[in-house]
Amino acid sequence: MHCQQDLAISRRDLLIAGAASTASVVPAADAAAAPTPAPSPLASGVPMSKVSLQVNGQARTLELDNRTTLLDALREHLQLFGTKKGCDHGLCGACTVLVDGRRLNSCLTLAVMHDGAKVTTIEGLGTPERLHPLQAAFVKHDGYQCGYCTPGQICSAVGMLDEVKRGIPSHVSASLTERPLLSAEELRERMSGNICRCGAYSNIAEAITEVAQQQGGQA
Amino acid sequence: MKPFTYERARTAPEAAAAAAGNPGARFIAGGTNLLDLMKLQIEAPSHLIDVNGLALDQVDPTPEGGLRIGALVRNTDLAANERVRRDYAVLSRALLAGASGQLRNRATTAGNLLQRTRCPYFYDAAQPCNKRQPGSGCSAIGGVTRQHAIVGTSAACIATHPSDMAVAMRVLDATVDTVRPDGQAHHIPIADFHRLPGDTPQIETALVPGELITSVTLPKPLGGLHVYRKVRDRASYAFALVSVAAVLQPDGSGRVALGGVAHKPWRVEAAEAALPQGAKAVTAQLLAGAKPSDDNAYKLQLAERTLAAVLVQAKQMGG
Repeated sequence: MHCQQDLAISRRDLLIAGAASTASVVPAADAAAAPTPAPSPLASGVPMSKVSLQVNGQARTLELDNRTTLLDALREHLQLFGTKKGCDHGLCGACTVLVDGRRLNSCLTLAVMHDGAKVTTIEGLGTPERLHPLQAAFVKHDGYQCGYCTPGQICSAVGMLDEVKRGIPSHVSASLTERPLLSAEELRERMSGNICRCGAYSNIAEAITEVAQQQGGQA
Repeated sequence: MKPFTYERARTAPEAAAAAAGNPGARFIAGGTNLLDLMKLQIEAPSHLIDVNGLALDQVDPTPEGGLRIGALVRNTDLAANERVRRDYAVLSRALLAGASGQLRNRATTAGNLLQRTRCPYFYDAAQPCNKRQPGSGCSAIGGVTRQHAIVGTSAACIATHPSDMAVAMRVLDATVDTVRPDGQAHHIPIADFHRLPGDTPQIETALVPGELITSVTLPKPLGGLHVYRKVRDRASYAFALVSVAAVLQPDGSGRVALGGVAHKPWRVEAAEAALPQGAKAVTAQLLAGAKPSDDNAYKLQLAERTLAAVLVQAKQMGG
């Protein structure tokens, strides 16, 4: 199994314009002082840059083709396959991860732009033995069918609940100044950047609502 | 994506100078539109200047009683800013009506203004487009034009500017502050910032090569009731078919701008004098000279009805 995975990875790496990757565990870089990385073109002439990320609590340093999105860095270079590539254009939300605590589309940002950042993927939220409350709630409420959008849904929900906690209003908030409560309408509006082709929305909404209620008596 | 070299800018003037000296260079901040287009090779910069490290992420009061919004303030943070929510609610509402939670967390104030004015044919690299390839022709004209512009169009382009935020900025008379490659600061009224397509639809803004937006300044608050109403094909995460940004005063005067109808946020100040007469009188002037197609003539009526709904909403808000 291990061998198979290694083979699959090297085949994939060959396909990405000869962008060989090196990942190693090193001390975290100083995020505040990030000068332009020294350009290190490969023999093929493809411009590369060095980038240090704190991924799920672990310091990782990568030498990447500048074109590498954060999504591809996670999947193809750090072998964190939980984060999914759906549309690769910011339309579906399957690639949602948390960067410095905020949810974003990892397909629409370059890895090199995040030197020193803290990245949390679905693998960093919980483990099979110790599920994150949202992971447990998705299981309990059957918040998926094929499961492809699920990691993005869960990372997005983590970021979304934090936005509600910070008092950030939404398009459907009646008042811009009162604290938002997570009504069903608010939840659907705030999660509109995550598409589920199987249409498990009602169960997804139930799972997120249960965790929101546990966290703060909302909804 | 085509290969590109990458640098992190340390100061705004340095970034502008670096961009001016390199015709293949583009600034990148949020990157949500630029990277999308680079993947399709509609944009193919040979060099990216990352401006995220510039300290342009603050919202500060101005001596004139307005607000200076740093170019890098993210859409989420601008919408949630306490002063914006209180004094410029139309701007908060417009921002919250745009894109998705993930995109708003990443997209910046300057980047929102600089997203490409576009249409589905611009995205289809297999078809001619005067924006992608000047002089190649417009595939939208005579095509499926339900979403396209109805005013300010030309024989070269009928695309619409997709921003909600920019429509609110237009109704608030914001100013776009920039630095040019020679280090000089410039201030561009939002009315002059976006261009109509004319014969050169590939040129979408008044910026000169290398010019970098540093902030957007709002004049002192207008008071009144602020409404942003967006009509779209689904309830969330879709571009406007028509949107209305309005600031309405108790005496019946006010300001109105439209989104989804033109190559830029659409406002005709003279039309606002007709506000006391109602939506029909305003939109008759606002959309005078419109040249809709059979597909998008509905936008004339939709604009009028959306404004009528905004006026009713304001009356209800005013109690």
